[in-house]
Amino acid sequence: MKKRICALLLTTAMAVSALAGCGSGGGGSTATTGAENAAKETTAASAGKNEMSVEGDDVTTLNVWTFIELHQQFYVDMAEKWNAENPDKKVKLVLSNMAYDDMHNKLSLALESGEGAPDIVDIELGKFPAFMTGNIGLMDLTNAMKPYESTVVQSRVGIYSKDGKSYGFPTHVGTTVAFYNDELLKEADVDYTTIKTWDDFKEAGVKYHEATGKTFACIETSAQWMINLMLAQKGGDYLDAEGNLDITNDKMVEVLTYIKEMQDTGAFATVPGGQPDNEEAYPFYNSGDYAVQIMPFWQTSRYTNYMTDLEGKVAIAAVPSFEGSVVETIGGGGTGTAVVASGEHAELAAEVMAFIKLSEEASNEIWNVLGFDPVNTAVWTDTNLTQNPDNQYIKYFINYPFDVLNEVKDHIGLLQSCTDEKAPSINNEFCNVTLNSIYEDGMDIKEALEQSQDTLSNEFR
Amino acid sequence: MKKLFYSQKLAPYVFIFPFVITVLVFWIAPIGNGVLLSFQDVLKDRWVGFDNYSRLLTDKIFFKAVWNSIKYMVGTLILLIPFPMLFATLLNNKMLKGAGFFKSIYFLPALTSVVVGGTIFRLMFGESSFSLFNQVIGFFGKSPIKWLKGANTTYFALLLLACWRWTGVNILYFLAGLQNISTDLYEAASIDGASKWQQFRKISLPLLKPTTVYVLTISIYAGLSMFLESTMLFKGNNSPNNIGLTIVGYLYRQGVEKRAMGYACAVGIILLIIVMMVNVLQLKLTGTFKKEEK
Repeated sequence: MKKRICALLLTTAMAVSALAGCGSGGGGSTATTGAENAAKETTAASAGKNEMSVEGDDVTTLNVWTFIELHQQFYVDMAEKWNAENPDKKVKLVLSNMAYDDMHNKLSLALESGEGAPDIVDIELGKFPAFMTGNIGLMDLTNAMKPYESTVVQSRVGIYSKDGKSYGFPTHVGTTVAFYNDELLKEADVDYTTIKTWDDFKEAGVKYHEATGKTFACIETSAQWMINLMLAQKGGDYLDAEGNLDITNDKMVEVLTYIKEMQDTGAFATVPGGQPDNEEAYPFYNSGDYAVQIMPFWQTSRYTNYMTDLEGKVAIAAVPSFEGSVVETIGGGGTGTAVVASGEHAELAAEVMAFIKLSEEASNEIWNVLGFDPVNTAVWTDTNLTQNPDNQYIKYFINYPFDVLNEVKDHIGLLQSCTDEKAPSINNEFCNVTLNSIYEDGMDIKEALEQSQDTLSNEFR
Repeated sequence: MKKLFYSQKLAPYVFIFPFVITVLVFWIAPIGNGVLLSFQDVLKDRWVGFDNYSRLLTDKIFFKAVWNSIKYMVGTLILLIPFPMLFATLLNNKMLKGAGFFKSIYFLPALTSVVVGGTIFRLMFGESSFSLFNQVIGFFGKSPIKWLKGANTTYFALLLLACWRWTGVNILYFLAGLQNISTDLYEAASIDGASKWQQFRKISLPLLKPTTVYVLTISIYAGLSMFLESTMLFKGNNSPNNIGLTIVGYLYRQGVEKRAMGYACAVGIILLIIVMMVNVLQLKLTGTFKKEEK
């Protein structure tokens, strides 16, 4: 009997240790551990869950996915206002924040498989066209947008539309503006208010570089804010009129050549991280190594958060233009909030989100909380808001940000190609290969463009 | 019934049944499905024949990814087999004090998540003159390098990350192999006047062969399927001029980021074929397929 118990114990011990061995045998294969780590990371990233507490019985729960945590608070604030105004249609938002790529990839898989999609989701402009192909899983929001039609910048609704149907509520205009570090420029005797054209810009840049030895502005290698702006001003694009790929066109070459010439003078240089809106680039601006940024308006929040040493030194101005520019400036970047068509409460979700994103209250909040230029231009002229001395953004910059916005308000264009389903691939190729080849490796512009044209044509055939 | 239950012929099949089911459901079925998907355009839901494959043959980025993966694999083989073997031999030496300490030190990185390791490596290889590696080369009077923008410096960073992480694991494999070798052999050899080097060449190396073949096989697979390391180093699946793009990275970009599932499956099938070819060739050359000598 005793022997039996002993044997049993031994076997149990062996079994347990064998199982324990399974658990800790992480070194067995590199691939397994890699996958495990990836899984862990996903859990950590999706931990940013936030649930609204709403009282009452007849409350509809809506799941919301975001990729910028700041948006969560804004949605909750606005949903509370909605509930106060519409006690019969109360909603409770359950918000999950995930990393940028992660969220878009999850959404893509959820729509593909028809399972696990949220009711409402933030989709970034660069990713939007990818969801406009094949069977569109997003809801047509045209009707929900009707009440706000007259006050919203239409070009921003257009970028989330296909075949006349709108699929996303815009968040901001993202007017591209110039941020000048006035303190640095004054030292070199450069007056930013006299810069009106790209020739002036060049002249100022060279003068600044000669006086200080430092860099005037950065060359983008992982974004196309400035390139898109100049291209749109020239009336160019990445696609021809028929929508065929055409990145070797003359206007594109002119734009890239302008930047290349600036690089040759030393006034422009590439920046770590490849663009001004990058964690590696902020310190270089903050310490005054670079003086100017040509960026969409939402860069304001990066200044207040990451470049705090520049408070009271930076001025916002209209961007330079070419002679006979087609548009003065363009909207850059953006987040379109979409409603998943198969959702149980899609109709209500659309109605609520229209209020949360497009109403006048929403626009006030978007400026106050997020520092974006709201799509509802009715508030752009409300001086209580745009000159509020307590606002952190107004305190930070030397001039009133909205003065510049109102100047260009009626001339904000866009590149047609940004709504095309080819756009994500073109952007990917430019930010990975084309711009790096030209500005980091010194490849000939025409040659680099032709090479990328080849690569992309192969993908689109 | 009782006969069936005690049947000696049936018993082995009953025992391997769970394994067979697992392989069928989780390996064979997905692979078969992948092959079928590779002939489709999944988003538009239609069959496209060999279109995905013919596009692959003219896809320069795909070839770049294959080249990157193969280059990485070869690099890891050169660094991660001889050196761990050497370290294991040293650790196996009774004269060495504190062997347990060194074992843990070498093994420690394997317990760290690649995500954490990759992020730290990204910061160490930063472009600014304050990053660790630029400080190091600055010490020798060199000016800062844009480490993660050049193909060769990136290759160096990836290999360093791989060595940091996997040396300890491979040491453990070799150490286990070495400890299986009877000490009698070494004693006999030393009595016959064999030097340490001769003992290593003539005893350790041949008797370690099964371990070496195993490590080689998993290293080839792991090298070709590397993805996370490069993703963490570049904070995403995108790198300048695609210098950090691997086959799996390209599969992920096409399938998940661009939603071209069919094309991604074609990439996956090609990866499978490459891994199979390399490994079968390698196992043939090392004689693993031969019946054991009696």
